[in-house]
Amino acid sequence: MKPIVVGVGMTKVGEHWDESLKSLAVEASLEAIDSSGLTPEVIVFSNMMSGRLQVQDHLGTLLADELGLRGLPAVRVEAACASGGVAFHVAYNMIKSGIYKVALVVGAEKMSDTSTEQTTTALMTAEDREYTGFYGASFVSLNALAHRLYMEKFNVSEEEMASLAVLSHENGVNNPFAMYRRKISTKEVLESPYVADPIHLLEAAPISDGAAAVVLASEEVAKTKSSVVSVEASTVATDAIRYYEREDLLTFESAKKAFMNAVSASKIEKDRIDILELHDAFTIVGYLTLESAGIAERGKAAKLVASNKFTLSDKPAVNTMGGLKSRGHPIGATGLYQISELYLQLTNNAGKNQVDNAKIGVAFNVGGVGTTTSVSVLKRR
Amino acid sequence: MSESVPRYWREIKIRERLIGSKCEDCGRITFPPRKVCPYCRSRKLTEVELPKKGKLLSYSVVRKPPAEFEKYAPYVIGIITLENGVNVISQLTDIDLKDVKIGMELEGVLRKYREEGEEGLIHYGIKFRPRIK
Ligand SMILES: [Zn+2]
Repeated sequence: MKPIVVGVGMTKVGEHWDESLKSLAVEASLEAIDSSGLTPEVIVFSNMMSGRLQVQDHLGTLLADELGLRGLPAVRVEAACASGGVAFHVAYNMIKSGIYKVALVVGAEKMSDTSTEQTTTALMTAEDREYTGFYGASFVSLNALAHRLYMEKFNVSEEEMASLAVLSHENGVNNPFAMYRRKISTKEVLESPYVADPIHLLEAAPISDGAAAVVLASEEVAKTKSSVVSVEASTVATDAIRYYEREDLLTFESAKKAFMNAVSASKIEKDRIDILELHDAFTIVGYLTLESAGIAERGKAAKLVASNKFTLSDKPAVNTMGGLKSRGHPIGATGLYQISELYLQLTNNAGKNQVDNAKIGVAFNVGGVGTTTSVSVLKRR
Repeated sequence: MSESVPRYWREIKIRERLIGSKCEDCGRITFPPRKVCPYCRSRKLTEVELPKKGKLLSYSVVRKPPAEFEKYAPYVIGIITLENGVNVISQLTDIDLKDVKIGMELEGVLRKYREEGEEGLIHYGIKFRPRIK
């Protein structure tokens, strides 16, 4: 039994001064519910930082009430930047178990309510507070440790490192929900200031607000709908919480395992993937994901992107709606934006960025420095 | 963010002396100390003090710090491979940014990390500096 995607909803990503975490989540949820034509039986809410940024928890019940669905079972899922993919995994298994027939899974994050320093502190809770946070590391700086090591070990240039950011922005231009709809050049990236050397500001996904929602249904319920996108696999794997403890600092074991398990569950070979949504919170995360999954050779991912692979006309096409870099990265919502964007592609609704005859889409949603990875495989039936 | 006194106190020994744990079954050493070996799941672990000498494996400069480190930025953080092969993360000290090089020899010294205001806690821990020959 395969869960079916029967509806999606997204808010535009940006700095929404006039919206709250709650109102963003409601907007995306109602759109997903309306497009599905069904009433959810259970709610899964993905969010990382509301307790710190809004001083609000108990989000599942909060949303059920706001949606006029008091009484429904509701749960909140947190797995740092992978919260969305992990929440999707929970909803996927709820449907697969047969206990629920229709599940609403919504991700939302509101990051513009606080100062950059407060948000930076909150993001560091993705690592171990007592033995990484204590030393003053920021989340960007941990990724920068990987970025520098990768350049050094595989002799990769700054220009090559910047290339995934350039690619994502190229695609984001045509995404009406994206935060930054403009192209950027390699030169602009390298001339932007360092956030944590050697990561430049334009190599890091922006702090943003947004919400995305997906309605999943059992095959039996979905039969009466025109819905054509099935979830072939949804997997999650984890690694050492402290990045410095990894035996191989340039392999994301979580991405490797989650992808391997997704391939064996879905029986989809990697050369059949049409669309690949990568978690480019930083370009290095995208490269290490491609290599850990075995889609690019070790040490070659940045060079491949720099030589114009993975564009919209390539297979797989990467970050077809702008990725985290251009669309934006409202943490808890990101994994659901990825799923929603795959859905648009697989239903032929991706507008100017439509990939011809897209049949199989895969999303990698990564939390921490490759610490938790969720892989989702969607297929047009 | 302020840390409660007990929360700070219970980590002092580990942070100031670099205490890790050694697995009696597989021999692997981890930092910080733990109850279950991540390599073989053994629960027979004993505390060991780690060497204070090592080499720089990678580094970054924190320019946009977490709120509690705001007044100290920019500063250098790095991963240091200690003489016994164990990796730790730490700030670097007594060095100009332009002189930081991957592979350089370092040694750990006890330094202040931050103060929590006038009457708050002062956080101490090991920082690494170029090794004095
Ligand atoms: Zn062991």
